Amino acid sequence: MKTLGKVFKWIYLVLTLVFLYAPIFVLIVFSFTESRTMSKWNGFSLNAYREMLSDAALMDALKVTLIVAVVSAVAATFIGTVAAIGINSMKRRRRMIVENISQLPMVNPDLVTGISLMMLFSFIGLSSKFGYLRLILAHTTFNVPYVMFSVLPKLRQSSNMLYEAAMDLGCKPTKALWKVVIPDIMPGIISGFIMAFTLSLDDFVISWFVADGIQNLSIYIYGLAKRGISTKINAFSALMFVVVVTLLLIVNIRSMREEKYAAAQRKKVAKSN
Amino acid sequence: MKKIISAVLITVMLMTALSFLTACSSYDNTLYVLNWGDYIKPSLIKQFEKETGYKVKYTTMTSNEEMMIKLRSEDCIYDLCFPSDYVIEKLIEEDLLAEINKDNIPNLSNIDPKFLELSNQFDEGCKYSVPYMWGTVGIVYNTELVKEPVDSWDILWDEKYSGQVLMYDSMRDSIGVTLIKLGYDMNTRNPEEVEAAAQALMAQKPIRMGFFGDDAKDTMISGQGALAVVYSGDAMLCCDPDEGNPNLAYVVPKEGSNVWFDNMIIPKTSTKKAMAEEFINFLCDAEVAKENTEYIGYSTPNMAALALMDESWTENPIYNPAQDVLDRCTIFHDLGDFLRVFEEAWNKVYFEN
Repeated sequence: MKTLGKVFKWIYLVLTLVFLYAPIFVLIVFSFTESRTMSKWNGFSLNAYREMLSDAALMDALKVTLIVAVVSAVAATFIGTVAAIGINSMKRRRRMIVENISQLPMVNPDLVTGISLMMLFSFIGLSSKFGYLRLILAHTTFNVPYVMFSVLPKLRQSSNMLYEAAMDLGCKPTKALWKVVIPDIMPGIISGFIMAFTLSLDDFVISWFVADGIQNLSIYIYGLAKRGISTKINAFSALMFVVVVTLLLIVNIRSMREEKYAAAQRKKVAKSN
Repeated sequence: MKKIISAVLITVMLMTALSFLTACSSYDNTLYVLNWGDYIKPSLIKQFEKETGYKVKYTTMTSNEEMMIKLRSEDCIYDLCFPSDYVIEKLIEEDLLAEINKDNIPNLSNIDPKFLELSNQFDEGCKYSVPYMWGTVGIVYNTELVKEPVDSWDILWDEKYSGQVLMYDSMRDSIGVTLIKLGYDMNTRNPEEVEAAAQALMAQKPIRMGFFGDDAKDTMISGQGALAVVYSGDAMLCCDPDEGNPNLAYVVPKEGSNVWFDNMIIPKTSTKKAMAEEFINFLCDAEVAKENTEYIGYSTPNMAALALMDESWTENPIYNPAQDVLDRCTIFHDLGDFLRVFEEAWNKVYFEN
């Protein structure tokens, strides 16, 4: 009975993993085919990778995506964090109102956000010449609430007393903010930043409406679909996958080490007491 | 922590400033191109940039309609686009295109006059457009599954091939070939004829595997379908000895079919018309056009390029069909308000069955 349960457990695990990773596996395997499309396996080659590197439009799109993601994530993190600190110190009623208003962009369909931003930009005369600015503004707009709502819970967990204690010990308000409040809510800020960054990376709908004259990866790849995704996209996705997995591993290993270190510290403190 | 944050902030500010600076300073030197995805050989863009010192910002579109919206907008940024025939007709009517100065395009003499004549049908005098690629619509069939000769659209309604017929997921093409099968004009403006086509398509349902887009190629290559309506460019890939399936063959039915063009145009709003013309001239160069058409697989209207290409291309009836095939094909025309009748019929076929 026990072994049966164990077997079932393994089968379940394997099935889940296959379900999650089979598509990515197929994609990576086909990035090494000699053929230009995915319809047939023609033998091993690195053609797709060569083609990927020689496709200037693809590299351009990658550059646009990265610049927009970094800039809009940083901007949104700044605006969102400051907003969260402000909201947190409001009176209950006002806080409720402001919080609810800020939630709107999150529940608003992308379609509506995209179209309204497009109309707004053409209304205020922010022309297609400013392709980057348009994209960055749009991405910052939909990123801000995500940062806010990942920082706010952290603020609620911590107490106002820390800030007051810092002032008691001679900090000016700005210094107390930098030395006490910000470090305290740092995990929230970082996860907000990461969320904003990834949301910006894979946004399609809003970018599609707003971008003009420049394009990010999602728009470019969507454009390719008309004539059949060529294997250079497989190659590109395979590389992206490897990079993301490596980053994830680094982050996880670091946090594991930190936890270990913190646990050791706690033990020490407990002993000395 | 503070140091890290300020470092990050400074980098970001620099990056933003830089991206705006480059955007502004290089604007006058940049050619904005809007084209279909994967519809130019990437290395040719680099070659053009190197030869001229211009920068090409290459963006892609997925439909003619999307492009039309972008061209209609007041701050249209694009200098060169590649729309299809009937769309050009509409764009000319809406006065959105700039007249091309042919003195700037000496390579225009490389274009086969018979294609200029065909372009004439939607762009009188070829004032606004230069042919880029062209092709036909026909039937790709699997000779293992279809033993009889294929030469008529009727075979798509043959019950022998129930569940094995792939239609093309495009309103104009699917209704168009049905109209031809019924003996009507594919540019008809008679609601009864369109209705008859819709009825025929509805009756075809049990025989049809479905409406396929780009995936029709893969389905045919893997041998799952018997017959499919495809563009000649896609048929090239299906029948390619290395990448496709050797059992597949392509035919343009005897009743006639559609011949289509994607032409190069310059929007009226473009401020860099001379640069755009330089790019058009570059793409019409024999050697460049040869490399381009061999990469894309669609037929080139450039006879100088054709002269440079080897027999595997020029002798291939899919790539370079005989004159009698071209003679029985017609060009799509803009339907104006009558398009609504087509749309209604298409919705009926698409959703109500």
